[in-house]
Amino acid sequence: MAEGVKPRVRVPKEASVGEAILIKTLISHQMESGQRKDDAGNTIPRSIINRFTVDFEGENVIDVTLEPAISTNPYFEFEATVPTSGTFVFTWYDDDGDVYTDEQSITVS
Amino acid sequence: GATAFAAAMLPFGAYAALSDDAIAEFTGGAEVGSEGITLTAPEIAENGNTVPIEVEAPGAVSIMVLAAGNPNPDVGTFNFGPLAARQYASTRIRLAGTQDVIAVAKMQDGSFVQASTEVKVTIGGCGG
Amino acid sequence: GTWSRAAAQQAMTQDDLLSFETTGNVTLIHITDIHAQLVPVWFREPEINLGVGAAEGQPPHLTGKEFLQRYGIETGSAAQYALSYPDFTALARSYGRMGGADRIATIVKSIRAERPDALLLDGGDTWQGSLTALRTDGRDMVEVFNALGTDAMTSHWEFTLGIDRVTEIVENELNFPFLGANIFDAEWNEPAYEPYVIFERGGARIAVIGQAFPYMPIANPGYMFPDLSFGVRDERMAEVVREARDEGADAVVLLSHNGFDVDRKMAARVPGIDVILTGHTHDALPEPLLVGKTHLIASGSHGKFVSRLDLDVRDGEVKAVRHKLIPVFSDVIAADPEMTALVEAQRGPFKGELSEVIGRTESLLYRRGNFNGTWDDLICDALLQEREADIALSPGFRWGASVLPGQDITREDIFNATAMTYPEAYRTEMTGEQLHIIMEDVADNLFHPDPYYQQGGDMVRVGGMGYRIDIGRPAGSRISEMTMLSTGEAVEPSRTYVVAGWASVNPEVEGPPIWDVVESYVAREGTVSISPNQNVQVVTG
Ligand SMILES: [Mn+2]
Ligand SMILES: [Mn+2]
Repeated sequence: MAEGVKPRVRVPKEASVGEAILIKTLISHQMESGQRKDDAGNTIPRSIINRFTVDFEGENVIDVTLEPAISTNPYFEFEATVPTSGTFVFTWYDDDGDVYTDEQSITVS
Repeated sequence: GATAFAAAMLPFGAYAALSDDAIAEFTGGAEVGSEGITLTAPEIAENGNTVPIEVEAPGAVSIMVLAAGNPNPDVGTFNFGPLAARQYASTRIRLAGTQDVIAVAKMQDGSFVQASTEVKVTIGGCGG
Repeated sequence: GTWSRAAAQQAMTQDDLLSFETTGNVTLIHITDIHAQLVPVWFREPEINLGVGAAEGQPPHLTGKEFLQRYGIETGSAAQYALSYPDFTALARSYGRMGGADRIATIVKSIRAERPDALLLDGGDTWQGSLTALRTDGRDMVEVFNALGTDAMTSHWEFTLGIDRVTEIVENELNFPFLGANIFDAEWNEPAYEPYVIFERGGARIAVIGQAFPYMPIANPGYMFPDLSFGVRDERMAEVVREARDEGADAVVLLSHNGFDVDRKMAARVPGIDVILTGHTHDALPEPLLVGKTHLIASGSHGKFVSRLDLDVRDGEVKAVRHKLIPVFSDVIAADPEMTALVEAQRGPFKGELSEVIGRTESLLYRRGNFNGTWDDLICDALLQEREADIALSPGFRWGASVLPGQDITREDIFNATAMTYPEAYRTEMTGEQLHIIMEDVADNLFHPDPYYQQGGDMVRVGGMGYRIDIGRPAGSRISEMTMLSTGEAVEPSRTYVVAGWASVNPEVEGPPIWDVVESYVAREGTVSISPNQNVQVVTG
């Protein structure tokens, strides 16, 4: 299991109807590519976040497939428009089967 | 710089065929246009291990990003849901050396468009 | 000799140098790349300054006769001395040193006597380049630029003081804004510094946007400011220009440290910029260069010049522009006594150290130029000897004052060519192949045909090895015929060589500071003599 994995998201607390909402996310993760070798010359096995999704009240905003070329501590920035107040659910899927989530509510008026 | 040479100069174009294959797989061999997609990346990477890139293709269903000079050119694919305000995303990627970064968008009507930009990965040093 | 010097001075007066037909309602005063030179210096302009791509044969890539012809400058004139290299030593003896903060203060005060609210804008590379700036962590320069009444600045070498010191200065010591529209925090991608300020002048609103050196973490040690990201960022600049216009700016001035060729490209790509005050590449041009509707101003370096730019700004437009590149002849322009006192106060604690004579030179020592200057040949000789190396590398910095033949080399002179915060003179082993990669990499940073892929320095200087460079070829194939000067043998890709150098951008580099290496070499030699470098064969076109 990957250690010290910590998701962080930046979402405005409020927005107006139809407004494009800028969202930024970061997750601390080493994103081991599977191509590096350790000091003994053995290949360090791949261990990455391979998928990242953002949903709002059951509807999808973005769904990203990640390959090992995504940098350590994967960062994403994108925009959403939501019809009502509600909650964003952020989900990161690790190669090792772990799933990390974060939630952020927004008031839409 | 005294010690950091390794990343700077891979044989340019050595892996280009791999990204061609990846594009063919994504598009199913369809023709690829060049209008309606923007790919923004720094001209010179500040750090080859974390290069910020931005893609936008209004009306796209998904955008695939490739690093044509990496031994494995796959970087990732953004699939946009109904609540995406724009078909836009930004992330940070690893580049093994100076190379073209490529973005290919699949549009709602099943057509494809592509953009690419060169990012230089340099040893650094010197200045005015 | 003294006769020609007296004649030259009689032919020039302070009034002539400052005469200006005040125009319009707004005045800008531009100083850039002073590199911490508080007192007058010698500074020889480049002999080789090659332009590539669209910049080939265009200003500022004109030197010597071509430059003099282009701007109608007479042979033997003060303008020739100030702006170009031919006959430099003789003309230097006639016309004297240039620059000095107290002369600059006189110029600024004289302009403000006519236009009290003239804006003084500093293009950066201000806090680095001298012993006193190094010892005081830039404090001396901050004091002087506060006293000059500076209205805004942007930056490059400032960040080599380390982010903590920059923050301390910006928050507690600087009396004016430190602008950088292109500086972002690397983690959340948010603007890290104020992008612009709007000044009300002569009934008009003047937006001054700052653009810091775009390649900061590449050209200088990124570990010194690890949480910042820079870059050219065209789209960001366009957005900031729009924002300033939306706020009611009648004129938009870009205070830039992009380097001239990058600014030329930016002027063509980003609409709505009236004036770009260029910096970083140390060019001095006697007249503005127009790109579309954008006026590019190049004000030189080391305090040699002050640009005055009068604008007639009305109805959201710049209707007229009048410009003068004022040469700061230190024997002609009177020193401002208040500033002389302030400069003396900064230098006082270091007086003995600065003035100590280390040796003497029989040759003109200069650095500026695309390839080896004599100062760097001297530094390379010192590295080869003192660090017992086969090959020496010295960075292609554009800063560093000159020393005339027959003069003493003081400790101040050595620091003027070396003072910076990562001075370790390393000694390492490299294969011929690694050396070739480094040479190619630096060459591409100088001669890439697209200026956004350049970094604005000069070619790395090399000691102990000669080479051929074909600047028009693509990356990776410009450098050939790398040859060991000691044996005449080709540098072999697989063989290992002992290489000494300084100013590595990597962390944890070990070695004595370069100024100690140069000082002990010069002290031992007593008198140095550097013959013109014949070891780089340059192919153009
Ligand atoms: Mn400079
Ligand atoms: Mn600079």
